Amino acid sequence: MAEKKIIATTSLAGCFGCHMSLLDIDERMLDLIEVVEFNKSPINDIKKFTRKCDIGLIEGGCCNSENVHVLKLFRESCKILVAVGECAIMGGLPAMRNGIPLKECIDEAYLNGITVHANVNKTVPNDPELPVLLDKVYPCSAVVKIDYSIPGCPPHADLLWATLYALVTGKETEIPYEVFKYD
Amino acid sequence: MAEIVRVYIDGKECLAQNGEYLLQAARENGIYIPTLCHYEGVKPKGSCRICTCKVNGRLMTACTTPIAEGMVVENNTAEINEMRKAIIELFFVEGNHFCPTCEKSGDCELQALAYKYQITAPRYPFLFPTKRVVAEYSRIIIDHNRCVLCKRCVRAIKDAEGRSFFAYRRRGQHIEVILDKRMSEQMDYEKALEAEKVCPVGAIMARRIAFTTPVGHRKYDKKPIGSDVEKIK
Repeated sequence: MAEKKIIATTSLAGCFGCHMSLLDIDERMLDLIEVVEFNKSPINDIKKFTRKCDIGLIEGGCCNSENVHVLKLFRESCKILVAVGECAIMGGLPAMRNGIPLKECIDEAYLNGITVHANVNKTVPNDPELPVLLDKVYPCSAVVKIDYSIPGCPPHADLLWATLYALVTGKETEIPYEVFKYD
Repeated sequence: MAEIVRVYIDGKECLAQNGEYLLQAARENGIYIPTLCHYEGVKPKGSCRICTCKVNGRLMTACTTPIAEGMVVENNTAEINEMRKAIIELFFVEGNHFCPTCEKSGDCELQALAYKYQITAPRYPFLFPTKRVVAEYSRIIIDHNRCVLCKRCVRAIKDAEGRSFFAYRRRGQHIEVILDKRMSEQMDYEKALEAEKVCPVGAIMARRIAFTTPVGHRKYDKKPIGSDVEKIK
């Protein structure tokens, strides 16, 4: 049997919906682990890269400095980088803040929002440990080179399966119309 | 009686009435030429350029080109399709098209075209322009983030006397669609629904109604755009 392909996954400014969708491949997961091995990923809770990976799956765009750092790390550590889902491809829902100045967003979230009750000292989180927010939410392709993209919010499990199958086997695959969606 | 002429679309011999627009002639012959700014029954404008075909070796918009005897047309070729894909991608990066939150998702013609060509991600960088959402009208909401400036609303939505409800204002990159203030007062619920239907994207939305069709039953969930045309053979 050929050597197993090594896969790493991460969620940047995403909601983990794409990872959930990956789990939606159901019993095909058993076929998948026959041919791949997961390295750094929230699925197996491996926190650090232990070796060079073949495929990196990126969920979510970049909204802060930590996202950029992780994304660059993935680019260095993975031969093929795949943007999974609308957020990774175009910023997605977090990017809806792109038309609003960052200060206005923070003020609304921590000071002026109608649901803000507990913040009696009127402080905005500013611990140096916290990642710095970027002025806008950026798609992954604006930060590093992305080799492939899988659209969807989240991508259909069949689409994820078809893409992974194609990447692992190296064979081209037909994508049925019904599974290729942006929502 | 109109004269019948012969045109060749991707090598297929097609018969149609002389002077008819190429787009119409192709559709009557079961050949789908993708469109966005075109709306059945409204004078064509040729602004979106998606219907561009190679006519006798020259690039022409099918919605505004009258056919003539012996025309040789390239439609579904690698070169033309690549160009159409590029145009669709430009639409996506020029506006703010957040499909997951859009009420029109599944019924949107721009999205359907992107599905047809299986565009995974645009090749161009996203511009994220700052656009307005106008909710000052009683019947509709205009979301400029989604507008593709096809002018379908301006051209199609009129009152009994033929006056347009919508108009363009400003020029160049600042151009936007507005609803006439006075006309908006006489816009009823049916007219608002009509305007929503005419809009190919989710820029014009009738108020107090959205997400009525469940996912899986929307217009382009199962069948690609143009499949109804390609069926007639």
